[in-house]
Amino acid sequence: MATGAVSTVEETIGSQQPLLSAVDIGKVFDDRVVLERVSFSIQAGQIVTLIGPNGAGKTTLVRIALGLLDADSGTITRREGLRLGYMPQSLHVEPTLPLTVQRFLALALRGAKGSAGGHEIEETLASLHVPHLVHAQLNSLSGGELQRVLLARALLRKPHLLVLDEPAQGVDIAGQAELYSLIDSIAETQGCGVLMISHDLHLVMSSTDEVICLNHHVCCHGKPETVSNDPAYLSLFGAGVTDSLAVYTHHHTHEHDIHGNVIGEDECNHQ
Amino acid sequence: MSDFLSLFTTDFILYALAAGLSLALVAGPLGSFIVWRRMAYFGDTLAHSALLGIAIGLLTGANPQFSIILSCLFFAFILTVLDRSPTVSTDTLLGILAHSSLALGIVVLALSDSIRVNLEAYLFGALLTISASDLAWIIAVTIGVGGILFKFWNEFVAITVHADIAEVEGSQVDRLNILLVLLIALTIAVSMKIVGVLLITSLLVVPAAAARLLATTPEQMAIRASVIGCVAVVFGLIAAFVADVPVGPSIVVCATLLFLALTLLRAGKA
Repeated sequence: MATGAVSTVEETIGSQQPLLSAVDIGKVFDDRVVLERVSFSIQAGQIVTLIGPNGAGKTTLVRIALGLLDADSGTITRREGLRLGYMPQSLHVEPTLPLTVQRFLALALRGAKGSAGGHEIEETLASLHVPHLVHAQLNSLSGGELQRVLLARALLRKPHLLVLDEPAQGVDIAGQAELYSLIDSIAETQGCGVLMISHDLHLVMSSTDEVICLNHHVCCHGKPETVSNDPAYLSLFGAGVTDSLAVYTHHHTHEHDIHGNVIGEDECNHQ
Repeated sequence: MSDFLSLFTTDFILYALAAGLSLALVAGPLGSFIVWRRMAYFGDTLAHSALLGIAIGLLTGANPQFSIILSCLFFAFILTVLDRSPTVSTDTLLGILAHSSLALGIVVLALSDSIRVNLEAYLFGALLTISASDLAWIIAVTIGVGGILFKFWNEFVAITVHADIAEVEGSQVDRLNILLVLLIALTIAVSMKIVGVLLITSLLVVPAAAARLLATTPEQMAIRASVIGCVAVVFGLIAAFVADVPVGPSIVVCATLLFLALTLLRAGKA
């Protein structure tokens, strides 16, 4: 199936290998089994969403994938040289710590050479529609603004894989839809993979390539349309949920091959 | 007046001034981290444990400066290890260690009849008795601590703002945490002679707290805390001579007055 036009050598190598794959991950906290034989993988350009009830082990799984936590069993394989961008659920800044958005974002570029930092920061904020926040104090931001700034911090690393833990936490309903569509378009324009946790089933379903329904183990997984009709999913969330879900198939401007790489660069503008 | 000015050409005054200023310079950025990370009580505990170090140093005949440094590093290590155990909360642990080490230090000093120690000098500082070798220690350590802070500044700020993001971005969070604790321990150890065991944390925390009122970035706060600390040292020294009061407490009072003045100015503007 690797017949798609691939633009760079790097992608040719990458297309053979997922960005990240987890095999049989297990984790136990104080005799409580949090994760049991969980496997999944993410390809470049793919959006994978983890859903599941509270305490299902979603955050634990994400922390293991990020390397912040060690699994008790199983293996995590990251593509060589994989750059990760991480957006945590929220951020609490001590009121005693004065911090502008610009200074906070500049932390993402520490260790990087050159002084193009200011420019990149302004560009990233503009792409998230919040260029005016650059001199604001981090403590003064609203929920939606803070989430965008956190997303900007993750994006400034030019990640191959973006990992988002409930990105719409503390954002109002209108803002949530906007944030998810922003994430969707970022994944497309930057060609990075996205792994995210979300409770916003109705919103997530619309912009996801693959849904993994987690409750300590993988209950079911697949395309959103498939998962929302899966008996395991229905028993976890109830049939009523499905009715309220407006599952829409999102409008890609291009096709993906089986590895998630973009097929046919010349056809990118259709639809 | 000329008598007063001539004071500042005397050796012991110059030593005191140099020691106080070099401490104030590193206390700015280091104290800012203590404030941001809520480590004030941690600093207090290390300072109290230094008295035990002095007692042990005097008993064993080791270089007191050296034994203070060792005991501060030892307690910093113990605290870091014990802090990971979930059975005792951090503030309880600090409460136990701070006062038990202070008490133990005083008991050990009192038991050793052969040694006569001026306890007050260790508790409240004896800036005017600083010797050339004391000064050399203080300057060497503050240069070292300042240099490391400068080199790892962005890393320290990043792990303070959000450790997980910093770790995903490639920071060695555990190592940096330990390094920061060691820097605090070292600074406290060498600056004991300046303001003493009981007052040392205030010299780290008060200028930083005052600088918070004037800053919009971490760097501004750190630098302004250094400046405020230096002003407190100079005026504290002068006030100590004019009013004939102990130097250490006088410096701390000056720093606190600066903090109050800035707070009032700020409240007046708002």
